[in-house]
Amino acid sequence: MLNTNDIMETIRMIQDDHLDIRTITMGISLLDCCDSDIDVSCQKVYNKITRLAKDLVKTGEDIEKKYGIPIINKRISVTPIAMLVGASGGDPVKYALTLEKAANAVGVNFLGGYSALVHKGFAAGDLELIRSIPEALAVTDHVCSSVNIGSTKAGINLDAVKLMGQIVRQASERTADRDCIGAAKLVIFCNAPEDNPFMAGAFHGPGEPDCVINVGVSGPGVVRAALAKFGQDKNITEIADIIKKTAFKITRMGQLVGTEASQRLGVPFGIVDLSLAPTPEVGDSVAYILEEIGLEKCGCHGTTATLAMLNDAVKKGGVMASSMVGGLSGAFIPVSEDAGMIAAARCGSLKIEKLEAMTAVCSVGLDMICVPGDTPAEVISAVIADEAAIGMINSKTTAVRLIPAIGKQVGDELEFGGLLGSGPVMALNTYSPAKFINRGGHIPAPIQSLKN
Amino acid sequence: MRAVITVIGQDRPGILARVSTECAQVNANVRDMTQSILKDVFTMIMVVDISELKGSFSDFVDQMKQVGEEMQVSIHVMHEDIFNSMHRI
Repeated sequence: MLNTNDIMETIRMIQDDHLDIRTITMGISLLDCCDSDIDVSCQKVYNKITRLAKDLVKTGEDIEKKYGIPIINKRISVTPIAMLVGASGGDPVKYALTLEKAANAVGVNFLGGYSALVHKGFAAGDLELIRSIPEALAVTDHVCSSVNIGSTKAGINLDAVKLMGQIVRQASERTADRDCIGAAKLVIFCNAPEDNPFMAGAFHGPGEPDCVINVGVSGPGVVRAALAKFGQDKNITEIADIIKKTAFKITRMGQLVGTEASQRLGVPFGIVDLSLAPTPEVGDSVAYILEEIGLEKCGCHGTTATLAMLNDAVKKGGVMASSMVGGLSGAFIPVSEDAGMIAAARCGSLKIEKLEAMTAVCSVGLDMICVPGDTPAEVISAVIADEAAIGMINSKTTAVRLIPAIGKQVGDELEFGGLLGSGPVMALNTYSPAKFINRGGHIPAPIQSLKN
Repeated sequence: MRAVITVIGQDRPGILARVSTECAQVNANVRDMTQSILKDVFTMIMVVDISELKGSFSDFVDQMKQVGEEMQVSIHVMHEDIFNSMHRI
């Protein structure tokens, strides 16, 4: 028999602590849509997406109703479009417009995969796609883009790093009248996972099946509430245990929803991504979890240690709750999407250097950070290089999503709205790394022994 | 197939009567129930069998939500699987 306390706990998690399923993401392979004629290729892409995903949104809504748990986004990820451009040639923006049309037709919130994988070098279609990213993100609303520029096995493609600094700036400049939203839809990865359901970095890797359902859970609010309720006067071992138990419960929701969605849609179930994904809502912040553990303000000394413990405990709890775990799985720290991070950045406690250190022990990287509008492309490239180096050496995924706030300075703010939130412009070190970045070439893959 | 109905709100006469009547009308069979009042806050948990439900589960969810709004209490109807999967290994 169901226990009254268990029932009330679930209701409280959803009602008061913002427990939700962040996204059901359908991964769709477009490899069979390649054609030497780009218009034929686009038509096939449109047909395949709208055929496979026609019931995705409706199914999400039905499951939401059945279990009473909000499913915030329904999304699609596709094969990196650079592969199609390689086969078809032509203007890659045609693909972006096709993806936008397909996203609108099936009613999803985002569609990711306007991507290129260039960690070892540029193949046919890669450079064309990368150069078209600013235009593609300016003329579409739902399309998201990502570029993988490094990996532990391949090293870091410094030519791509240099180019991406310029592309990030251009993406911002092209959308300066819309709070530079273009750059908020562009992620630069090292060690990008092929099955990530979260945006803007989702794409459907070439090693994935034809169509698959991946689920991303949320739940920082639930973890914070559990610590506030049971964590007073507990030592850090006990705190880690509370986080593990809570992560288990959150992930079970993801597993349930993913299994059900995959059955209803007749598509194989891929993975649950165990990430603690914050939203700008006040109760739903990763920074507030760290503060609940005992930091006066996120960003102070002790932040890296508490975050490392949190990230690890979330994984330990989540892994047992799901049959297949993947994606980015860990705690996210996107500044503009997290009320506690925004507050910490505003008051000066959280700085870019600390954020960089935090990315060495948690999921993803320097995410949704607004930087001064006059930041040179080389500085953005160097931030990307630093972050990629952390990922490469530590065999983990790292990413950079910086938004150069065109026409704005430190202290100003950008307002993206919705899940993307709003962010204060944060200071970067202004000394120039231009000579390093302009050298180009490739940082060789790191040695995997002698770990010091 | 069973669903869990939870009702939380200010205590007043007729809440239980109204919720059970709604259940009876759509052929949702009440299997178990617990109810308590703490400092005037009415909390009720009802487990109902929905295998013979008239109409769709989705409509039942909407209908009960509407009833909650009318009675100024919060009513949630959720499939029991969500509780089983969260709290049982």
